[in-house]
Amino acid sequence: MAFFSTEGLSISFGGLKALADVSIDVQRNSISAIIGPNGAGKTTLFNCISGIYRAQQGRIIFKDKEIHRLPPHKIAALGIARTYQNVELFAHMTTMDNLMLGRHLFLKTGLLSGATLFHSRSRSARDEIANRDRVEQIIDFLELQAARNEFVSNLPFGTQKKVELGRALALEPELLLLDEPCAGMNVEEKQDLMIWLKDIQEEFGITCLLIEHDMSLVMEISERITVLNYGRKIAEGTPDQIQNDPQVLEAYLGGDDRAEN
Amino acid sequence: MDMKRSHYEDIRLFSSRVVFAWFLVFAGVLVSYPFAASWLGKNYYIYMANYMAINVIVAVGLNLLVGYAGQISLGHAGFFGIGAYGTVLLMTKLQVPFVLALPLAGLAAAGFGFLLGLPALRLEGPYLAVATLGFGLTVTQIIGRWDLFGGRQGLHAPPLALGPVTLAGDFNLYWLIVPTAVVMTMAARNITKTKVGRAFVAIRDSDVAAHTMGVNLTYYKTLAFAVSAFYTGVAGGLYAFALGFIEPQTFNLMLSILFLSMVVVGGLGSIFGSVVGAMLLSLLNLKLASVHTLPFLGPVLLQLSESWFTVSGLPNFQYIVYGLIMFLIIVFEPLGIFGFWIRTKIYWKSYPF
Ligand SMILES: Nc1ncnc2c1ncn2[C@@H]1O[C@H](COP(=O)(O)OP(=O)(O)OP(=O)(O)O)[C@@H](O)[C@H]1O
Ligand SMILES: [Mg+2]
Repeated sequence: MAFFSTEGLSISFGGLKALADVSIDVQRNSISAIIGPNGAGKTTLFNCISGIYRAQQGRIIFKDKEIHRLPPHKIAALGIARTYQNVELFAHMTTMDNLMLGRHLFLKTGLLSGATLFHSRSRSARDEIANRDRVEQIIDFLELQAARNEFVSNLPFGTQKKVELGRALALEPELLLLDEPCAGMNVEEKQDLMIWLKDIQEEFGITCLLIEHDMSLVMEISERITVLNYGRKIAEGTPDQIQNDPQVLEAYLGGDDRAEN
Repeated sequence: MDMKRSHYEDIRLFSSRVVFAWFLVFAGVLVSYPFAASWLGKNYYIYMANYMAINVIVAVGLNLLVGYAGQISLGHAGFFGIGAYGTVLLMTKLQVPFVLALPLAGLAAAGFGFLLGLPALRLEGPYLAVATLGFGLTVTQIIGRWDLFGGRQGLHAPPLALGPVTLAGDFNLYWLIVPTAVVMTMAARNITKTKVGRAFVAIRDSDVAAHTMGVNLTYYKTLAFAVSAFYTGVAGGLYAFALGFIEPQTFNLMLSILFLSMVVVGGLGSIFGSVVGAMLLSLLNLKLASVHTLPFLGPVLLQLSESWFTVSGLPNFQYIVYGLIMFLIIVFEPLGIFGFWIRTKIYWKSYPF
């Protein structure tokens, strides 16, 4: 049994089939990628996995548990975290508070103990401090020190992407979904990201599933690649297999008419 | 600003000695104020302070809902009424002592807040505004028609006994109302610095992201309504005694709008702003209610009003002013007084340059 899998996932919006019978398998502690032209249904697949959309057909199984009927916060509690293509940060919070929200499921402070935060040994203060220590490690890991107390809306897009990655890591997920993690990053930031992803996989033992348009990064980092086109899975395999797949070449070269949406 | 501060420093109530010193000064003023006022023979000033403190509680509670959690409510006069009537009725009909009746009435308001929060799970913006508006109007109607609530005649507040002592008069009430306001404000500030407050803001900024980070939207949205209603209910309970008498007409839509203006004027998402906004608008409300007695301006406004708006004088003059203030704030300084304060602080920090 795979660590994570979808079976025959289908969803349509109006007449448009955004996902048609998509089945994928992800091995524990691997890095896998999903690629495909614009509008192929990649983000829609992530939205189904994290519970934002409910697939009309098919099943999603995570560690032998069916999760496709669960609401997003329960899916998060099982250990699936994600980032967003266009960054969904909490714009009026600092980097620190964004990451602290990532600790939401670990914090035990309720309303009353929070309201009575009057000294450093109160229950809520100890809870906050312990979790801040954890967040501090993530800040060090992603080199976000300079952004710690900045409101995230004032940060450049590349840094916002990093904050969002940090927030997802703060949830201590077992499966991390990354939607175009290096969009808007410069070459140097992309290099860093590549190294971090390796660390996330090897040191933290987190399984990564990423959507990415940057083919050199995808080919270098992922063990398995799934290709979507018009909501269908048209190929899957190792980077070598994918690079030489005639259907994939066809989708990328012939599908240009939809590239602009 | 990348200096690593000790974690407790980030969240503690008094973020520096300077803040603590200011708090002591403020506390000193609060303690000496009623003595100074009664020494001057201005008992009315103490009533004003009580009235302000009550509105501070409402504004702080409402800001948790509107400014932090990003929900709207045009029905908070309803919670205020539930708190006021609840406290008085618990004491007169069931002989519950005040120390229990007030929090119980607050909890009753919170219960209604929870119920009102349920539609908020599906409604947004204008739709939620209408739903909460309906709630506020319903409360006024029910209170006005039910004999238990004294009907249109209203109810008198019973004597207020705190254990062996009976609090009567503005001077005595001050020592109940103002400390309650201070404690509840500090508690609200602590909430905003911890898990629950962060979840509120997260829902406001991006409910999708909050949801996928494990925030239970149903729980936290209804909690925001309940907490906010609790604050407002407690304030209503205190109001019954500050005024000595309550009637259904008090808890009307205009009161809900006044509450909302306090929050907007002070600054959405700022506890400090709510305190200042509530104090300013309370003062303005008391002053404007008697605007027709002003020399020169009074008669002119009265005439203007009689020829253009109404034949009955200036009963709604306040609301025209609030409307104008809200409009100006939203256009020129969306962060309210808090935004103004932040900009002045930045200005003075870089002053000579
Ligand atoms: N909520 C929705 N309502 C209607 N149509 C939608 C919705 N979400 C996605 N779609 C449609 O489903 C198709 C797949 O969209 P999706 O965002 O999954 O593509 P993608 O593969 O992530 O593309 P890109 O590379 O541009 O991000 C698109 O045609 C899109 O317009
Ligand atoms: Mg996408």
